[in-house]
Amino acid sequence: LGLALYAGSVCVVSGATFLYHDYCIIGAGPAGLQAAYFLQQAGRDYIVFERSHAPGSFFALYPRHRKLISINKQYTGKSNSEFNLRHDWNSLLSHDRRLLFRRYSRDFFPNADTMVRYLEDFASLLKLRVQYNTAIIHVTLEKNEQAWNGHYFILTDQDRKNYKCSSLLVAAGTWVPNVVNFPGSEYVEGYETVSINPEDFTGQTVLILGRGNSAFETAENILGVTNFIHMVSRSRVRLSWATHYVGDLRAINNGLLDTYQLKSLDGLLEGDLEDLAIVKDKKGKLHITLRFYLENRNISAGIDSITLPQDELDNFATRAPYDRVIRCLGWKFDFSIYNRSLRMMPGKGNIKKYPQIKPSYESRGTRGLFVLGTASHSVDFRKSAGGFIHGFRYTTRAVHRLLENRHHGVPWPSTVYPITQLTNSVIKRVNEASGLYQMFSVLADIILLRENATAFEYLEEYPIGVLAELEMHTGRKARNGLFVIIMEYGRNFSGADKDVFYYNRAVGEAQHAWQSNFLHPVIYYYKRLPTEREMRLHHPDWPLPRPDAIHHIVEDFLTDWTAPNAHILPLRRFLENCLSTDLRNFFAESCFLFAFTHQKLPPSCQQGYVRMQGLVGSQELRHHAVQAGLLQDYTHTDFSDDRPPDSRDGSQEQLMRDHGIPVRPLQHLVNAKDE
Amino acid sequence: MSAQKDRWVSSLVFLLFCASSIPRGGSASLQQEPSPQHYFSGLEAGRASLAFFSPSVSPGAQPFLEQIESSAEALQDYGVSVVKVNCPKEDVSRYCGKENALRKAFLFRGNRLIRDFPTDALFDVNSIVANVLFALLFNEVKYIETLADLENIENVLKGKSNMVFAYVPATGTAEHRAVMEAAFVYGTIHQFVLTTEAALLRATSHDDPDVSSAWLLFCHCQQATDPAQPCRRTALAQPLTLLNIHRHLKLMGAPLVTEVAEDPEKISTVHLQLGLPLVFILSQKETYEADRRTAEFVAWQLLGKAGVALLSRDLVDLNVLHRSNVALKTPDEGMPIQYLVLEDTDEVITLVEDKNKVKQIQEDEQEEEEEDEHEKENSNQDIQDDQVVEAVSRDKKRELPLEQILVLTEENFHSSLSEAARTVVLFYASWEAVSLAVLRSYSEVAAHLKGTPGVVLSRVNCWDWPGLCSQENVTQFPTMRIYKEGQQSVTYGGMWGTQELSSFILLSQVSCPLKLATMDEAEGYLRGEFPPELSSHHHTSLLGVFSTASSKAREAFEEAGNILSGHVRMGVYFEDDALALSRKYSVSPPALLLARSGGRSVEGIALSKGSVQDMVQMIRYELLDIFPEITVPNLPQYLQLGKPFLILFSAGDISQMESKEMLKVAKGRPQQAFVACWLNLKKTPVGHGILRTYFSTTPSLPVLLWVNLHAGGQVFKFPSEQSITEMNILSWLEKLQAGLEIPSSTLSEEDWKPPLPAYNFLQMMEPSVPELSPHPGDTPAQHPPKRPGGDTAGGDTPTREEPSQESTAEEAGSPGRDLRGTAPRLAARDKQGKRHSEL
Repeated sequence: LGLALYAGSVCVVSGATFLYHDYCIIGAGPAGLQAAYFLQQAGRDYIVFERSHAPGSFFALYPRHRKLISINKQYTGKSNSEFNLRHDWNSLLSHDRRLLFRRYSRDFFPNADTMVRYLEDFASLLKLRVQYNTAIIHVTLEKNEQAWNGHYFILTDQDRKNYKCSSLLVAAGTWVPNVVNFPGSEYVEGYETVSINPEDFTGQTVLILGRGNSAFETAENILGVTNFIHMVSRSRVRLSWATHYVGDLRAINNGLLDTYQLKSLDGLLEGDLEDLAIVKDKKGKLHITLRFYLENRNISAGIDSITLPQDELDNFATRAPYDRVIRCLGWKFDFSIYNRSLRMMPGKGNIKKYPQIKPSYESRGTRGLFVLGTASHSVDFRKSAGGFIHGFRYTTRAVHRLLENRHHGVPWPSTVYPITQLTNSVIKRVNEASGLYQMFSVLADIILLRENATAFEYLEEYPIGVLAELEMHTGRKARNGLFVIIMEYGRNFSGADKDVFYYNRAVGEAQHAWQSNFLHPVIYYYKRLPTEREMRLHHPDWPLPRPDAIHHIVEDFLTDWTAPNAHILPLRRFLENCLSTDLRNFFAESCFLFAFTHQKLPPSCQQGYVRMQGLVGSQELRHHAVQAGLLQDYTHTDFSDDRPPDSRDGSQEQLMRDHGIPVRPLQHLVNAKDE
Repeated sequence: MSAQKDRWVSSLVFLLFCASSIPRGGSASLQQEPSPQHYFSGLEAGRASLAFFSPSVSPGAQPFLEQIESSAEALQDYGVSVVKVNCPKEDVSRYCGKENALRKAFLFRGNRLIRDFPTDALFDVNSIVANVLFALLFNEVKYIETLADLENIENVLKGKSNMVFAYVPATGTAEHRAVMEAAFVYGTIHQFVLTTEAALLRATSHDDPDVSSAWLLFCHCQQATDPAQPCRRTALAQPLTLLNIHRHLKLMGAPLVTEVAEDPEKISTVHLQLGLPLVFILSQKETYEADRRTAEFVAWQLLGKAGVALLSRDLVDLNVLHRSNVALKTPDEGMPIQYLVLEDTDEVITLVEDKNKVKQIQEDEQEEEEEDEHEKENSNQDIQDDQVVEAVSRDKKRELPLEQILVLTEENFHSSLSEAARTVVLFYASWEAVSLAVLRSYSEVAAHLKGTPGVVLSRVNCWDWPGLCSQENVTQFPTMRIYKEGQQSVTYGGMWGTQELSSFILLSQVSCPLKLATMDEAEGYLRGEFPPELSSHHHTSLLGVFSTASSKAREAFEEAGNILSGHVRMGVYFEDDALALSRKYSVSPPALLLARSGGRSVEGIALSKGSVQDMVQMIRYELLDIFPEITVPNLPQYLQLGKPFLILFSAGDISQMESKEMLKVAKGRPQQAFVACWLNLKKTPVGHGILRTYFSTTPSLPVLLWVNLHAGGQVFKFPSEQSITEMNILSWLEKLQAGLEIPSSTLSEEDWKPPLPAYNFLQMMEPSVPELSPHPGDTPAQHPPKRPGGDTAGGDTPTREEPSQESTAEEAGSPGRDLRGTAPRLAARDKQGKRHSEL
């Protein structure tokens, strides 16, 4: 490390034409600023390049209709700041409580201008080092064995000014509009420029290409004034409440579905846009035809010579001519500025709009280049929230922690607890942690067991995709087994074509927790770290390879997993059985008895009572424990008492009775999610 | 009943039919529907058969038919075949012709009709078997109605054979069947006598019997010689089932006392085989006759509960105490024989009875558990077995008096701390049981310290304010801190009891160590009068006396004070006249003055050089009592010494004499190798639990024990006949050390395993989600296709089919199964499997 730092300073001295920084960040959007915040907090040498004069330039333009669809919950009934972030999708992470989005807007779906203002404040209040009006137009590598990654990144801006960095964090987002080319595509207006004034659409018939939120947002805006709107795209509509993916069509935008399904007014069509062709007639109306008909023909011959589908098929769906065709096909990553040597390749299939990265967010082509923010969504596209502020604020933190360990010898932050706190630390996190909740099945809390399972180390929000390389990435040792805590939806529950409202969709009983459908915590136990091979070969539907044991905490209507019997008890039994120990709490009196009658003590007595921190318990509590048959009352001991010392028969019955009564009548409430 | 008997006699009719024989199937099922001619021609002489006649179609007899069909198998065991005879329509013979006869079943021996039964008397399998055997065993089982009948039979049997006398509330019951089945086997050995008369039951049993339940007595008439005396009787204590009767008769048939001349570890008798303990009376040549009488006496008392053997010490080389006179061998595998010194035969009997009771209860529990398991596997899994969690959740409805306690939040935390000179803060999580248990004690502390000046109690709920808690570095719940203005906070590290918490808060009010300015203050401090804030608080006071030269030692002492702050009352005096103060207690500075019990005795200890840690250790050690009363809160301090305990259990306060003698023992050796202490069972009732674990019966109190808590775990009991004096104790301890004593008990070495298994979700998921198996598609050829039963993903109940169990076990890559409580599960599965096959 010393060498690397030395090398860095040499660069500054010798390469006078270069401005050197350890970390360069491209883009001062939410992800870039978030990364800058963590680097600043850690005291690192970094710079953010922003092509605009202010942060968040994407939000200055988009969404066109200015309504953000990320929720901004003012009230949750809780003061827990970590928990509240679960329902605050706009704030970035910081220590500054002024920088909570709810202080900027009272709207549940805030205006995009507020986001711009928020990002400006975030950058200025935290004094982040952002260099505005600097568009990076070229990135290349300079080999250097002393560099952190064997090369430096050379960035060139629009003024041909060069910057040299050891590590490059690309937070440029996806801002290049997706364009389809087909005959007649010149008649198509783009989402980025189309009018947002509904009056401009009065009495018009509109075709919208695309089926995402931007398409529906556009439709929503003009729904009331148009004759009708048709929407066409390759795949069926995916409703986010059915898929549990926030990138799919949100209910706030889906007014067109109403008119389509109720009155067959507006409509959705499926078809490949590549096959499409548009011809303009003399009146300026746009006719939909197929590329197939246009082949071998001379378009200049005029509309009359072109076969339209309805000529052959007189009930062809889009036979009516349109006044306007609008393209709302989303955006893609700007690959153009990276030199070939960086091998920034687009992903395959439906993630081709994103660059190829590893689950550690490092580029597959170049070591030391990390992709943050929306552009990093290929890791969890259509699964989790990594493409959105409320998700990537956590993955950005994870990347920062990886970098701290890799370049500065700062291991992943962790806390060591005695084993008696094991159940508690899991319960605490699954109830309040926001990172686990937003980035479900992507970020995981990791519990590393110490030898003999007397203590454990707790690591938060580690990317599970690189679980096999945990020791290398975190600087922590996982020799004695580990627990991985993630949140999951039920398998086969979410999907575009799934009925998510079927009866008995919610599981109420802890013993059927594995069939839980709604987001619920799942704990994987491994006796040893899974190998890279195991990670590579595990089933794609599963976030992780086969564990040695698994536990599901049963889904909860309130997402409050603190019920002593339904949530904590089964979890404790699971942990106990993995560790082969007894994790019950005991009152001091029980520990006293054990100390005199057993050569070994349970962990709770060993780590509490014996260290003079026994739980004495009030009179009432001990009385309750006696009544429950879990503590023997020796005060009124009758020597002729027939009951043997460990007998719990009568009280056991009592206990079962006490449990039995409240459970039955409440059964229907347990499954309240059904109703 | 007797009227019935007459009817049988009257119904004895010869019936002769000549016909060809019908082939007899080997199966126990109902023989199917021969014609009457076929049936009667097939009857073999001496062979019993139960027949019923039915017209081809008779829907009314259907339920009866089912019962009789299912009893066929049971009756087959007793050589009785069950036949349904089909009456042709035109048949008007004796059995087929009469409407009446069609509602009866007929029992034949050979071709002789023994009895006919109305079908309503044969309501189930039990009644069929009981009634049929009752009829067949007419001679073997005597039915009586009066006490005179019983006495007559008894007198006839005296000196000849034994009698089994059973009372059943009604015939045709399961108990009746059990008695008849036993009579079938033992009828030639013992005379069976049966009654249904409740009056007879009352006459034969001592206390008020429950006439609704069956009752069986074994009457030892064979050995009875006195015609005036009734035979000795041994009642069957268990419910009347064939197995229990069989067991009882087996036990009654065993010799009363077995003479043994070999290693008792190798002995096995009927009793042990039947799961009963065996009591050895250790005998010597000189006392053989007396021992034999004792053994017989005990044997009679324990008849049916335990076996008794007479073990001759002269013939067997026993490595046990010479004083031992009784040994107990339990049927449990691997349990060592217990050698005891008992004074009374009653003790032997209570010992055995207690043991049996424990076992019985355990068995009952086990049975219950097993039943539960069948219904719903491990239903106990979801029953809370954490005493703290359960106690707190039972208490959750009670509102805690927390008005005295300030609620701190992220907003007001720092401002509140700066307002008071000293603030006590309890960090807790409102969902966590231990936190809530402590919060209850904390609320009591608040009530207790109400109005004490300068004490501000507050709390922070970390579930509401996680940022604040992590900022204050609170990683465990609960945590109690005292924040003092301008100083580092002090974290509490003691017992979570009301008293201990209050004492800590009070002691923390004064600085530790407290700097004393004048000689008067120092003297007042040692008397416990200064500072006035603590005068109500009775603690041992510790005063460090330093000359100006010993500043290094003083610094270490002050540092130690910081560490012990709140736990120890510490003062420091380093004025010019420090020398004079220390001289008074015949030490020279640097020195420690230790004032116990309000300064009545002050001890001077010279301070040697050492680190702060050594100093802390030394102070802690010095504060320990020489002969303490062990209580729940103070035990850990003595446990830390890692020494064996010489502990006197006393019903109340110990007598002055005992205290004096014990103190002598405790003080006797300067380098104490053990902790001498006592326990007041009134104050620490859990001590009863300890004694019950050590001894089967609670010994007479006081009892002095040597407990090797840290090495080996043996418990030795000081002989109760000796008085507790220093001399006796020391010589006993010498014997202990020399290994001449046998431990009365040994502390359990068991590890603390999970109390119950967890839900095996992995196993449940496997049938429905085969992709979870390791490396799917990696080596597909090696994985046999999953059973079709596996695709029950939508099923509401978790599938736990045998195949999945097997397949997991087979899969090499399924580590971790040993951790999941496999053994009990497999055992449970075996049982279940058996059930299935039975069905």
